[in-house]
Amino acid sequence: MLKKIIILVFVTCFACFNTVFAAESGGMPQLNPEFWISQIFWLIITFGILFIVLTKVILPKISNNLEIRKSQILENIETADKQKEESQKKIDEYEKIILDSKIKAKNYFNEAREKILEDINKKRNALEKDLDEEISSVENELSEFRNKSGEKINKIAAETSAELIKELIGEEVNSSSIAAIVEDQTKLNKERKDVV
Amino acid sequence: MYQFNVYRIGPEIKLGSVDISFTNASLFMVISSLAILIIFNLGAKKKTLIPDKLQLLSELSYTFVAKMISDTAGSKAKPYFSFIFSLFMFVLFCNMFGMIPYAFTVTSHIIVTFVLAAFIFVGVTIIGFMKHGLGYLKLFVPSGVPMVLLPLIVIIEIISYLSRPISLSVRLFANMMAGHTMMKVFGGFVISLGIVGGWLPLSFSVALTGLEILVAFLQAYVFAILTCIYLNDALNLHH
Repeated sequence: MLKKIIILVFVTCFACFNTVFAAESGGMPQLNPEFWISQIFWLIITFGILFIVLTKVILPKISNNLEIRKSQILENIETADKQKEESQKKIDEYEKIILDSKIKAKNYFNEAREKILEDINKKRNALEKDLDEEISSVENELSEFRNKSGEKINKIAAETSAELIKELIGEEVNSSSIAAIVEDQTKLNKERKDVV
Repeated sequence: MYQFNVYRIGPEIKLGSVDISFTNASLFMVISSLAILIIFNLGAKKKTLIPDKLQLLSELSYTFVAKMISDTAGSKAKPYFSFIFSLFMFVLFCNMFGMIPYAFTVTSHIIVTFVLAAFIFVGVTIIGFMKHGLGYLKLFVPSGVPMVLLPLIVIIEIISYLSRPISLSVRLFANMMAGHTMMKVFGGFVISLGIVGGWLPLSFSVALTGLEILVAFLQAYVFAILTCIYLNDALNLHH
């Protein structure tokens, strides 16, 4: 088994070398080993320099730039959030002020209304009192007048009836008796009126 | 196949008996590396909150590679970020510079991709043994396999592990070479068919250019992500 593998490896190696050396004369220039060492040498030099410069100089700069940008953006977002909060606070304050002033205005309005209503009530009461007084004085006067008028009527009736009797009979009659009769008559009249 | 030829630029440099002359391949390696360094240095220079184009480019590539690594290999792979970043950028820029007409494609040479892949393979294996000691060999013994199948599975696992550098390097090399060869072939058709029949291969060539740019990016990405996956095996050791 091992022998077979070794033989196979040898054969393939031989075949490879054969093709390589065959390619030297025409065929693929890639398989021409003339400049292989030179290519390897320059590859190591150029790639080595590229790798070292990128690692030591350029990539740290780029990553630094990216970090700075990231932190700066985060910072900006933070300040924006803060400012947003502040503006929210200010909006709240403003709304509070507006609400307060609305309440104040309402209070002022109510106060003014109450004042005016009170004023009106006072005036009305005073007026009503005046009216009542006037009405009562007038009523008093009326009732006095009415009371007095009854007596006056009686007096007048007695006088007129005494004169009537004098004219008719030619004789003077006792005025007190006439007054008594007139009073009786008026009483009767009153009773009749009351019955009716 | 002239475009794949390597030739000396300037004098012949010898280190002992070894020829390390500056060639067109070396030139394009230097150009790619310089382009990467210049672009990313310019991109990293400014520190504005709102990035300009170059800064955005460098930062986007940074986050792209960082995300790729954290997705495939987890947070333990962070120390290897700069290596994978350089690898991805180097392969990507070499591929992209190869798309410029008359330019040389560094990654279309098997020796370049193989050295990269072999370095990754050796590095990953060393990291694995350093992290887990001999326990790293458990990678070849998947859990939950019946005892009867175990020897076979272990052999397959070992072969697949050892073939990683070859598959990794050949994938990149073959993709780049095949694409460029195909474009060359269609370009040749345009010439040979002339003004009458050359329009069809020309349109094909145009479409292929777009496809090749996609492939250039995709192969760099695949190269980097496979490196991440190998690194994940070495760091986290679960199968």
